[in-house]
Amino acid sequence: MNNQLAKRIGVVVLTVSVMSACATTANNPKDPYESFNRAMFAVNEGIDVVLKPVAQGYDAAAPLPVKAGVGNFFGNLYDVWTAVNNFLQGKGQQGASDVGRVLVNTTIGIGGIFDVASEMGLEKHAEDFGQTLGTWGVADGPYFYWPLIGPRTTRDTFGWVVDSFADPVMGLNDIGTRNSLAGVRLIDRRASLLPTDKIVEQAAFDKYNYIRDAYLQNRRSAISDGNVARDGECQQSRCF
Amino acid sequence: MKSFFAAILGLFLLCAPALAQEESPDALIKKVTDDVLIIVRQDKDIQSGNTAKAIELVEAKVLPFFNFQHMTALAMGRDWNKASAEQKKRLSDEFRTLLVRTYSNALTSYKNQTVRYKPTKMQSTDTDVLVRTEIVQPGNRPIALDYFLEKHSDGWKVYDVVVAGVSLVSNYRDTFNQEVRANGVDGLIQMLANKNKQLDPGKK
Repeated sequence: MNNQLAKRIGVVVLTVSVMSACATTANNPKDPYESFNRAMFAVNEGIDVVLKPVAQGYDAAAPLPVKAGVGNFFGNLYDVWTAVNNFLQGKGQQGASDVGRVLVNTTIGIGGIFDVASEMGLEKHAEDFGQTLGTWGVADGPYFYWPLIGPRTTRDTFGWVVDSFADPVMGLNDIGTRNSLAGVRLIDRRASLLPTDKIVEQAAFDKYNYIRDAYLQNRRSAISDGNVARDGECQQSRCF
Repeated sequence: MKSFFAAILGLFLLCAPALAQEESPDALIKKVTDDVLIIVRQDKDIQSGNTAKAIELVEAKVLPFFNFQHMTALAMGRDWNKASAEQKKRLSDEFRTLLVRTYSNALTSYKNQTVRYKPTKMQSTDTDVLVRTEIVQPGNRPIALDYFLEKHSDGWKVYDVVVAGVSLVSNYRDTFNQEVRANGVDGLIQMLANKNKQLDPGKK
């Protein structure tokens, strides 16, 4: 396991350093590998041609309690990792609350299908290893858009590798069960993004840029748990 | 008797603007949100994706409480100062059209969510306040929806909306700066106008 993790990290380090060696014609300092990223963005848009209709079908066919149950089930699995990351970030109280959530939802919530804990006032958090690295002071690094995985900063790419090793679904030995669960989860995640599709299509001048800037803002906020300082340069409609 | 009623009515009219001013920013957000959601919950057209009708609702109920000039300034950053008064007006008008459309579209995808209001920390002397709300949805973690408001003579106005840490306004900053650098302020006005025309070919 450790060996495998080391190997995976090795692959990422290699990829990132090969990327860094590429000559780029970047004009945005946040996005030095824009041409690579745009190519990968096109790849994902291609995959989405297939994935989106499947998610739409699921969204239309499954009744709300089923969709909520599926979302809760995978959410409960993930809460374990959220708890670990909260402890790693020194947020013991939140971590303890997450442990409580898992215990309550796995038992009373029948294997996590019902989110009883939220109704009891144990708020759901979302923490990943990228956020933990961020709290530890690791900088973003260049922005990447990966096939399948989507947008990640360099730090969050490493975070993602660690996340995927902690993922109980990907750790299953039975390949069939693992793949079906991963598939259902992918469809569920895509379905939960459906409402934003139309908004992004309409709001964005350039979808790639809009998603990049939104992702970077979202991560900054997630790492500081929503306490981002405002730019502060605009007062009463005047900017300095 | 008649004059008594007239006097009472007059008193109310006098008090109305004062009352509006007294309303706290979090109470304002709650009132507007509740007003809009009650209508959306009953309106089958909006639920089935009728954007035009959603826009009508937003223009009537939400728009008066937004300061689009400040929003445009925030989206443009330093470039705002390069614009003339007339350009500023055109920029704000076009940006408003775009934001109203985006926001209205979000309403048409409204389904089973509820809104939770978080306590607002403010002093009575504050003129710039953050109001935090959360959208709670079954099977998913809540999404933070924050409003930044500033105090004006005619009450509080929203100048930024932040969804899950993403400001719907400053998310345009890079794109707008890039356009101004390439084609000037007029280029940006043109870009916004083109986008709005493309989204609604029937108008203008």
